[in-house]
Amino acid sequence: MSDALLSVRDLSVEFTTYGRTQPVLHGVSLDVPARSHVALVGESGSGKTVTMKSIMGLLHMPPASISSGAILYDGRDLLTMPRRERLKLTGTDMSMVFQDPMSSLNPVFTIADQMSTILKYADRRLGRSRSRRERMQRVLEVLAQVRMREPERVARSYPIMLSGGMRQRVLIAMALLSEPRLLIADEPGTALDVTTQAQILKLLKDLVEERGLALLMITHNLGVVRETSDYVYVMHKGVVVEEAPTAELFAAPKVAYTRALIDAVPRLTGARPAERTEAAP
Amino acid sequence: MNARQSPLLEVVDLVKTFPIAGAFGGRAGEMTAVDHVSFSIRRGGVYGLAGESGSGKSTIARMIMGLFQPTGGDVLLSGANITGTLGTRAHSRQVQMVFQNPGSSLNPRRTIGQSIAVPLEAHGHPRADRRRRISELLDMVQLPASFADRYPHELSGGQKQRVAIARALAVAPQLVVLDEPTSALDVSVQARVIELLTSLGRQLDLTYLFISHDLSLMRNFADEVGVLYRGRIVESGPTARVFEQPEHDYTRLLIASVPVISAEEEALRPTIPLIDGEIPTAEKLLALRESQRATEVPKRT
Repeated sequence: MSDALLSVRDLSVEFTTYGRTQPVLHGVSLDVPARSHVALVGESGSGKTVTMKSIMGLLHMPPASISSGAILYDGRDLLTMPRRERLKLTGTDMSMVFQDPMSSLNPVFTIADQMSTILKYADRRLGRSRSRRERMQRVLEVLAQVRMREPERVARSYPIMLSGGMRQRVLIAMALLSEPRLLIADEPGTALDVTTQAQILKLLKDLVEERGLALLMITHNLGVVRETSDYVYVMHKGVVVEEAPTAELFAAPKVAYTRALIDAVPRLTGARPAERTEAAP
Repeated sequence: MNARQSPLLEVVDLVKTFPIAGAFGGRAGEMTAVDHVSFSIRRGGVYGLAGESGSGKSTIARMIMGLFQPTGGDVLLSGANITGTLGTRAHSRQVQMVFQNPGSSLNPRRTIGQSIAVPLEAHGHPRADRRRRISELLDMVQLPASFADRYPHELSGGQKQRVAIARALAVAPQLVVLDEPTSALDVSVQARVIELLTSLGRQLDLTYLFISHDLSLMRNFADEVGVLYRGRIVESGPTARVFEQPEHDYTRLLIASVPVISAEEEALRPTIPLIDGEIPTAEKLLALRESQRATEVPKRT
């Protein structure tokens, strides 16, 4: 048994709709050791989001059901522990940076309101409490950690008053509120312009490095995989088809699917992989 | 000058301003979305307009399509000034567009055949020949003729985009405007659609205006690029030159920001000075350069 912080073991998930059962994940296994940076990459429909939702307990069951497997966090199975215990971990010790800053913030509350609500419920689940004032202090502290120059102003703002990049920073700050050990990032920055995305990725890398967090980056972008991870799992049709240290995967992909995926990425140098030039008419 | 080298499309000093709505239906001012943009595309060429959101790239496309009237400037097609006829039937016979999201640019209640028939009907293609022409078009985009009777929801994203390309080609246009044609697609599907566009371009002698925020894709597909920032082209030239020796700071920042997958690409990325340990925003970087230029002895890097 591995002693990874997060360990998904042989996870199978199926969806039942209108009486028909469709398997979606077929025995997915992956490990995220403490302080490691792991990426899970796949195209749409590969099962990477279902995997993430299973880990975070965000799957709607039904229609989804977990037919086999275990998700170990710190050696304890999230799937069999009581719900109450699980809720002490999700959103606190393991937390999530969501993809779309436009839709994951509530437009009618200020950033401070939303962040202190998150903190309040996280505290409650952990059986802690702090005063409104202490919560506000923590919110400002975390906003400063994501390199917001004027945390007070940002805290008072409504989401619409912030740029896309600032909103994404707020989402990162939200994930950091209760000092997690594991950060799961779902395509952060995909909704943003490339220059903003570069800033966000750099920020995420710096934060994870500084605080010794484990990072599970879920993405379809191989460039993001290369820039943010040391180890990578490639998913295709609900199966992990290949896993390798990131540098190795790009240098010598072993599986045909991975090779095809890497070859399909347009290069900044304009160079084309050999197969494609031959195939072109 | 022979016909091959003469530009098919020339855009001269194009300007578009939009009114900013004020209170009670009043006007609070104007914003300039496109600010004196000029470029030309040689016949059979692929011109790429690169820029981030708000740079004005889609506004330019829409003006060329006649979906917006330009506030100022001219559009020339094969040397003839067509600014006055933008958006007319005669114009749409020569210029067609492929939109970004094939999921929403195809009518869900029409079969693929019916969707492709729309431009044929509008341009008076003989009724008796339509069925044949539709099969021919589907064949051009490498889809089976039987797809004519299917509905968009039965098709994958890549297949839908092929249909959108077939529809754009129905009237045999000279210029095709591609507005982020693959940004909604998976990378492996994108590669095949781009291959298709390249081979169609060669086969049918098409000229493309390619609009994208994806610089790696632009590097591979366009032979000339213009980099847009806030409604202005800040740099333009042959693609290889712009990518290998970018001159403008904004172009350098854009290229440096692309996540890449090989050491060769990394070597190509210019280094950008960090401000407070962070990658600067475009505004900050340009402001920094501006102040450096003002204080230091002028020199080129």
